[in-house]
Amino acid sequence: MIRLDNLTKVFDTPKGAVTAADQITMEVPAGEICILLGPSGCGKTTSLKMINRIIRPTSGKVFINGEDTTGLNTQELRRNIGYVIQQIGLFPNMTIEENISVVPKLLGWDKTRYKERARELMRMIALEPDAFLKRYPSELSGGQQQRIGVARALAADPPVMLMDEPFGAIDPINRAVIQDEFLKMQQDLKKTIMFVSHDIDEAIKMGDHIAIFRAGRLEQYSRPDELLANPKDEFVESFLGEDRALKRLNLVKVRDLASENVATVLPEEDLQTALNRMDDHGYPGSIMMVNDRHQPVGVVQRPVAQTTKGYCRDHFETVPTMARLDDDLRKVASLMFAHDMTWLPCVDDNGRLCGQITQRAITHHLGSRYRVQQAETIAEV
Amino acid sequence: MPLQNMRGALRLLLIIFVFVAGVWVQASGTIEELLFYLPDVKYLVGQHLWLTVMSGGLAILVAIPLGIVLSRPSMAHLAESVMQVLNVGTTIPTLAVLALSMSFLGIGTLPAVFGLFVATLLPITRNTYAGLKGVSPALREAASGIGMAPLQRLFKVELPNALYVIFAGIRTALTINVGTVPLAFLIGAGGLGELIFTGIDLYDPLMMLAGAIPTALLAISVDALIATTAFAVVPRGVNPSRA
Repeated sequence: MIRLDNLTKVFDTPKGAVTAADQITMEVPAGEICILLGPSGCGKTTSLKMINRIIRPTSGKVFINGEDTTGLNTQELRRNIGYVIQQIGLFPNMTIEENISVVPKLLGWDKTRYKERARELMRMIALEPDAFLKRYPSELSGGQQQRIGVARALAADPPVMLMDEPFGAIDPINRAVIQDEFLKMQQDLKKTIMFVSHDIDEAIKMGDHIAIFRAGRLEQYSRPDELLANPKDEFVESFLGEDRALKRLNLVKVRDLASENVATVLPEEDLQTALNRMDDHGYPGSIMMVNDRHQPVGVVQRPVAQTTKGYCRDHFETVPTMARLDDDLRKVASLMFAHDMTWLPCVDDNGRLCGQITQRAITHHLGSRYRVQQAETIAEV
Repeated sequence: MPLQNMRGALRLLLIIFVFVAGVWVQASGTIEELLFYLPDVKYLVGQHLWLTVMSGGLAILVAIPLGIVLSRPSMAHLAESVMQVLNVGTTIPTLAVLALSMSFLGIGTLPAVFGLFVATLLPITRNTYAGLKGVSPALREAASGIGMAPLQRLFKVELPNALYVIFAGIRTALTINVGTVPLAFLIGAGGLGELIFTGIDLYDPLMMLAGAIPTALLAISVDALIATTAFAVVPRGVNPSRA
């Protein structure tokens, strides 16, 4: 857990005092990622760097796991906080192994222990230890270097990590890969992380909490979904962008919205049964046909069922596309647009049909927050 | 192909020229006359090297710590002024520096070592300072951020990364030093200058060459020695010649 209590930084400049961070108070629960987000010069980096005293706070306190860090020795404090910077900052004079082992060595670990730890970390970041440990940073690509940067920060297994735009200098394709890898690692590691970013999409993807900064002040501190649904003021709203409702699609999984009861027909049933079932369930256009393992194999269209006689197995169309339960809504919406469909069948990991998701359900979900707000506003009036 | 033929022809010409020159030198008895100075040369090379080692060694011992101190953030306001003073020290011709130090310290080895020391100081200090200042701020922040104390940061990150530039300074300074030592003869410190200047005064070109050729060879050897040391000492990751 990281708690900032009225943390303030005033810089003395020739033009007078500048308040870079103004009474920042916030708390990041243990094991969560908090993204500090805002335009440049908004105080997010200053706030981050006050935690490990790269910048000395003018006033205010930092608590880590409930302990006031004010009295701690600076080096001691920093050795227990993982630190990743945008410029990566690997030491070019040291091999990868030496780079990763810097903090364990400072902490006085013995040789076999930090060597073993370096190999363990390399496996964690999916780089072959034997191939990379003896190389120098200049012999690695940017993406590999930043993976090593993360590994170095994790070396002594600190409970808390500070990351200053860690993936900002990496090309978009590699960045997405590293973000995914990092999130996967975080599921096991459960570090408490403060993460500076200026990229709203990165924030939504990575953050459990997002803190929006503006001109040295903390404007809003919420969970991503809450932030996108309920921006506090116009600044936050404009920062999130006009497509903020669409950005929420990233945050919702098919699992959350899929309707579970979906009527189906079997190949050996006849078309009249299919038509009746559509009427019973109020399906306007079509019905899914599944095999004996409940896997979707096709769609029977209403016009076909109305005009033809026979069995479903002879009169179905193939399913253009399906959604998986773990897909996010952004992918689903994209599939719907691509295939000109207003609903998609949902399948589980074994390919069994377990529901359907409709465009209506998606828009309803995205809109529900606003309707609640409007209802409240009207009630207040 | 024409280029290769051209090169081959030039090489052949060069070999013929060297051979003819060798024959001529041998026939004229020049080599024997030069060899006549061999005992002198042996003695004077020792003296010459001793002056270089003393003045150069002292300069390294003073210049590197000075460069380190000046590069510390707390010294930022002083650094450029000190550098200017050292610059002036280098602008004054070495001969003048030697003459000045003679008028304070008298004749002999001491004023010579001092004069050479002053002339050698600046390139090393300048390169140490520039090398350390050139270490990327990101590296310094990373080093501090992961919990290195200031001295640990200096020795584990800043110096290793500046080492190549520092060595370049030492190399320049010592090579110039070896080439300057002959002047020390003028204030009574000996060295190969003894043969060079006496040769000039006596209109004896062979005597002068007996001093000048070993001086040149010494300068080249010192340069090669330091280059080799740098190659071995500077870590591979920051060593352009080992990339």
